[in-house]
Amino acid sequence: MAIYYSEEHEWVLVEGDTATIGITQHAADQLGEIVFVEQKEEGDDFEKGDEIGVIESVKAASEIYAPVDGEVVAVNGDLEENPGKLNESPEGDAWIYKIKLSDASQLEDLMDLDGYKALIG
Amino acid sequence: MTDAPKRTPLYDLHVELGGKMVDFAGWEMPVQYPMGIMGEHNHSRAKAGLFDVSHMGQVILRGENVGEKLETLCPQAYATLKEGKARYGFFTNEEGGIMDDLIVSNAGEYFYVVVNAALRHQDIPHMTANLDGVEVTEIFDRALVAVQGPSAENVVGDLCPAARDLKFMETTVADINGVECRISRLGYTGEDGYEISIPDDKAVDVCRAFLAHDDCEPAGLGARDSLRLEAGLCLYGNDIDQSTSPVEASLGWAMQKRRKEEGGFPGAARVQKELAEGAAKKLVGIKPDGRAPARQHVEIQCLEGNTIGEITSGGFGPTVGGPVAMGYVSAGHGQPGEKVNLIIRGKVQPAEIVSLPFVQQNYKR
Repeated sequence: MAIYYSEEHEWVLVEGDTATIGITQHAADQLGEIVFVEQKEEGDDFEKGDEIGVIESVKAASEIYAPVDGEVVAVNGDLEENPGKLNESPEGDAWIYKIKLSDASQLEDLMDLDGYKALIG
Repeated sequence: MTDAPKRTPLYDLHVELGGKMVDFAGWEMPVQYPMGIMGEHNHSRAKAGLFDVSHMGQVILRGENVGEKLETLCPQAYATLKEGKARYGFFTNEEGGIMDDLIVSNAGEYFYVVVNAALRHQDIPHMTANLDGVEVTEIFDRALVAVQGPSAENVVGDLCPAARDLKFMETTVADINGVECRISRLGYTGEDGYEISIPDDKAVDVCRAFLAHDDCEPAGLGARDSLRLEAGLCLYGNDIDQSTSPVEASLGWAMQKRRKEEGGFPGAARVQKELAEGAAKKLVGIKPDGRAPARQHVEIQCLEGNTIGEITSGGFGPTVGGPVAMGYVSAGHGQPGEKVNLIIRGKVQPAEIVSLPFVQQNYKR
């Protein structure tokens, strides 16, 4: 198990050829109170950099960009009814997708925790 | 340095209270405090919120028959505005569009006008050029704050008993903590409350006195926007602008009968024609069925799929507990209960046209 971070403030928890992705606590704090999450569906595939969802806070809408290529294998449906969970535990219960990785080598372009901490200062 | 955002007399207090400062209309203003937009919104509906609105322009008009002269610029009955009363209005342009919206108060010896922050530089010369024999003085040495919510009467009244005697849209001058303030019972949230003009060097002291009340918490621009949206109140630049007429903006209620009949304000021909025959479009409330907020510029379609208009203000309404919006729909549409579709990020989201406001206004009449 290894965890990676993207410059778009997502975390990617890798277990074998699947990964769980979500947004960081820093991102959730910056967005403010989250009131709506638009997600892709199981089976949707995407490439690194694609828009794979939208998070709406009381302030504004923000896109979620794919940190790697992959396919959605599970969607956290709880966020539809309880979008506020993304503020409470964005790095825990409030994961956004489980995905199947298409190209594990892309993980090398992401950051480790120390790198991410340096990014957000 | 001319482009650096300006600071209100309450800037240091905002920072001390943990306000998250943003540039708004050239002013460094708190968008929220640590309580958060939703918390500040809910607190203002349940108890009382303290808002800094010092970025707005405060203007004194002195001269003979100021009210009558204002009628040449506005479709409101300001000639008959009684001393101690305030009235919402707007400047219209020659095409019948809205140049700005404002609050005019008859203070007895003078008229007191509050205009939008971003339009101070338009409105002051406009009045100076067009109000013959009227001395137009912009006030630069007073803060303006709003105390809004059901506890506002206690928050302000405990320090200033005269505030309790005011009714909605009444104004007076009274001391708060030994400081002479102009106190007006009105606001921009749909709640009971006051707007209070305070000498700038005493503004922090007076605000601290309000905040010392258990029921009063600071609230930022974020909550101000969601509160006014739920209250169905227009935001200049979003819902109304130079091109929209007051009839289109569903502001017929803000033009008094005599003015609508007599005209005599810029663009009266268009306004009177639209009053008689209907306008090409009108501003309505829109309630999305789902949870997705519909924000400014979202397209509105009828069920047949034709574009009928656009959202001008929209977001999450904490009191409603879901998304709320306002927007224009073309003539022939806009009856409450009408089903429409919103196109949000390319997806069709069903919605319904509803009567405004979304949240019942709670004024002290």
